[in-house]
Amino acid sequence: MSWITHTLFLLGSISMLLAAIGLLRFPDFYTRCHAGTKAASLGAGLILIGALVPIDDPDIAIRIWLTIFFIFLTIPVAGHLLGRAAFLRTHKQWPDDHFEDWNKNNRDQK
Amino acid sequence: MFTLFETIVLCILGAALFLATIRLLRGPSVPDRILALDVMSMIAIGILGLYATATGDSALLDVAIGIAIIAFLATAGLAHYYLTHSESPSEAEVPVEETPKKRNSKS
Repeated sequence: MSWITHTLFLLGSISMLLAAIGLLRFPDFYTRCHAGTKAASLGAGLILIGALVPIDDPDIAIRIWLTIFFIFLTIPVAGHLLGRAAFLRTHKQWPDDHFEDWNKNNRDQK
Repeated sequence: MFTLFETIVLCILGAALFLATIRLLRGPSVPDRILALDVMSMIAIGILGLYATATGDSALLDVAIGIAIIAFLATAGLAHYYLTHSESPSEAEVPVEETPKKRNSKS
C-alpha cells in the first residue's frame, strides 16, 4: 500500500473513532445525531477512497464509487428521518443549548 | 497476514465499534439505539474496505454495498415505526444527561 492509502485509512479510522466517542459522550439525542451521521460518513468515505487508490481494474473501482455515492446519498436522509421522528415525539433538548434565547431573538426580529 | 499498520487501523475501528455498542446497549431512547446501529454499519463498511485492500478480495466490496443499502432501509423503517407506533415507550420522561460543569445560567 502506498502512503496515500495509509494516510486515508488513518484519517478515516480516527474520524470513525471520534464519531463513536461523540455518540457516547454527547448529552442529548440531537447532538448525538450530529456526531453519528457526519463524522461516520466522512470516515467511511475516506476509508473507501483509500481502498480505491491501489486498484487498477475499473470494474472494481466503480463499485467503490457507487458505495461512496450511496453512503453520502442516504446518511443525511436517515439522519433527517431520525431527527424528525425524535422531534415529533417531543424529545428533550439539552438545556445548555439555550433554545429559549434563540427563539426569543428570532421572534424579536420579525 | 496483516501488517502492523493494518492491525493498528483495525484496533482503532474495533474501539469505535465497542463504543458504539455501549451506546446501543444503554441508549436511553429508541432513536439513540437506531443511530448507534447506523454508526455500527458505517464502521463495518470501513472494516470491509480495509479487509478488501489487505487481502485483495474484491467480493468484500459487494458486501459493503449490501450493508449500506440494508442500513439505510433499516434506519428509515425503524424511524417510521418509532414515529407511527405511539405505544412504544415515550421519550418525554427520558432524562437528559447532566452537564459536566455547572454554568451560571442567566436566561
